Amino acid sequence: MSGTFVGMPAFPKAAHEAVHDQTLRGNLRHATHTIRAKRANAVAEVSDWAQLREAGKRIKDHTLRHLDRYLVQLEEAVTAAGGTVHWAADADEANRIVADLVKATGESEVVKVKSMATQEIGLNEALEAEGIRAYETDLAELIVQLGKDRPSHILVPAIHRNRAEIRDIFEREMSEWGRPAPEGLTDTPAELAEAARLHLREKFLRAKVGISGANFMVAETGTLVVVESEGNGRMCLTLPETLISVVGIEKIVPTWRDLEVFLQTLPRSSTAERMNPYTSMWTGTTDSETADGPQDFHLVLLDNGRTDTLADEVGRQALRCIRCSACLNVCPVYERAGGHAYGSVYPGPIGAILSPQLRGVASEIDASLPYASSLCGACYEVCPVAIDIPEVLVHLRERVVQGGQVTARGNKVVLKPAKGHAAERAAMRAARWAFSHPGALRTGQRLASRTRRLHPRSLPGPGKAWSDSRDLPTVPAEPFRDWWQRTQGAKDGAK
Amino acid sequence: MSSRDRILGRVRRALADVAAERQDDTPYEQAVPRDYLREHGERSVAETVDLLAENLADYRAVVHRCTAADLPATIAGMLAARGAKTVLVPPGLEPEWLSAADAERIPDRTESTPDELDRIDSVVTACAVAVAETGTLVLDGSADQGRRRITLVPDHHICVVRVPEQVVSSVPQALERLDPARPLTWISGPSATSDIELDRVEGVHGPRTLEVVLVD
Ligand code: SF4
Repeated sequence: MSGTFVGMPAFPKAAHEAVHDQTLRGNLRHATHTIRAKRANAVAEVSDWAQLREAGKRIKDHTLRHLDRYLVQLEEAVTAAGGTVHWAADADEANRIVADLVKATGESEVVKVKSMATQEIGLNEALEAEGIRAYETDLAELIVQLGKDRPSHILVPAIHRNRAEIRDIFEREMSEWGRPAPEGLTDTPAELAEAARLHLREKFLRAKVGISGANFMVAETGTLVVVESEGNGRMCLTLPETLISVVGIEKIVPTWRDLEVFLQTLPRSSTAERMNPYTSMWTGTTDSETADGPQDFHLVLLDNGRTDTLADEVGRQALRCIRCSACLNVCPVYERAGGHAYGSVYPGPIGAILSPQLRGVASEIDASLPYASSLCGACYEVCPVAIDIPEVLVHLRERVVQGGQVTARGNKVVLKPAKGHAAERAAMRAARWAFSHPGALRTGQRLASRTRRLHPRSLPGPGKAWSDSRDLPTVPAEPFRDWWQRTQGAKDGAK
Repeated sequence: MSSRDRILGRVRRALADVAAERQDDTPYEQAVPRDYLREHGERSVAETVDLLAENLADYRAVVHRCTAADLPATIAGMLAARGAKTVLVPPGLEPEWLSAADAERIPDRTESTPDELDRIDSVVTACAVAVAETGTLVLDGSADQGRRRITLVPDHHICVVRVPEQVVSSVPQALERLDPARPLTWISGPSATSDIELDRVEGVHGPRTLEVVLVD
């Protein structure tokens, strides 16, 4: 499996290759434009979107600022409900905990529901090394796994593959992993989904161990929540005797009631639906009398750079992310470069701020990620928890260029300025100035909006190399700040 | 040092800049503004039920409406129309509901293996609450709904909703009614995927057909 991102070229090089791949660009454009339009409709249906967004932001910020308290409360609640809580400071520790738990069951295969956290830590590879086979059960993850490929989108990991490619992958690879693809498989989505159903069902029905992530964990009750569409999540969470959930420590919400915010904003932001087809909520284990779900439940709480991110006063807001992927779908850079160019399981705008914080900016790819943006602000505008991604990008650019104090693995260290970023250094200074002078930024954005038909298709000066391999995004008709002023300004002050 | 202590220690050090705020013991209920709506728009009870029917259908659930007296015949008709030979029955289901059905009733037992469930044609359950604005059914594992797996493995799920008492308008109203300690499954239409070029396809792993009976 070539599922890891080790040895990725830095973003500009990877993106340069990706933008010359016509199929990839076509697949991505179709997909992101489709979902973008649908999402706008789904959001327009709820008149209190701005209030829900603000509440979501505040709930998450509050949780992060008292994270120690809520982690302990969650641990108590999960334990009281019959689960076992494990703490993992980094990827290696999490992988070891999971591998040991699986081995203790005597099983050598597990079914998995798609989880960003387990991708982040490379769990499948770690299990493979221990002789344990992990079957991905989400259709898109299956496509990625069978294609010996990497996911390229948070929500639609195989967004870079079209139906003809998927058919070829199924026909070629399914027999290697279990039930082969049906004879004469065509490339209609219905037939492809049916092939996946048959292939995976034999695995679900015999699986003894399931591995999942979670979208939310409720500190008050110890409840975990998984939101999905296909039912593979329900299969993995219900049929196995043992369930192991690996979840980032930032996924907590304090109370049961808080779910009312996110169960409204997440589906509409991600798949543009009023509600996703399936949501499963479970609290600890169920008694053997009813046997309604796993009798053995383990929760692995994962740090792996999250506390370092929390230590950054500007960057910590990235931990509010609920992984809806709306920011990917509106990002002009993502649309052209594709998810692989970001060299991480977190692509797009959120990846550009999360990966360099979780992993530090020591590698070339991580140092280049804060530049993988045109700072157009569309990502901030759609984000259901109002993460100011442009602000964090600029902040991280400054860190790359000038170095400074950061927290790495819990220790304060001083980072040296990166080499080879002379051009960006100049660009950054300009951007920094604009961001610390909101008036100038506002004027600049408005000017850009009014003159957007006249914009060059290529950037002058140091930006030229960058824009040579990509179409410049069109500037939004109305800057977010203006829109907010116009629609919210009256009641909300100058937010 | 255990990883637990290491992580909690890192969290506390990371938040040194907000130490003052962390001292503040405002109760959580007051810490977050909740000025979003409890429900969207004003509707009569009948309109709320209509909206539920509309949104269920929009997500490709098949919706039927009938009176309590007609329910057995309605269910029998749905099973017959699919040619269902076997129907899975949760322990607390009203016996009356299946009184007119020809299909063989198979009680759910703790020992039933997933393979056995997979050979059954249909399942009939009640629900805990239904959400009109989103077209969602919530099952909470009560005796008339059964274990989570019985509405997952068979390919055809018939869910009976008592209207209007089991219908709420919105997600906030639904959460209020539910007990987090129970295993909860929220269902909005049949299983679906959009993973192939974002075309929605019904039925990947969960039931491919969801039929909902709104019974007055
Ligand atoms: S940053 Fe915001 S928009 Fe992007 S995935 Fe996270 S929550 Fe969604």
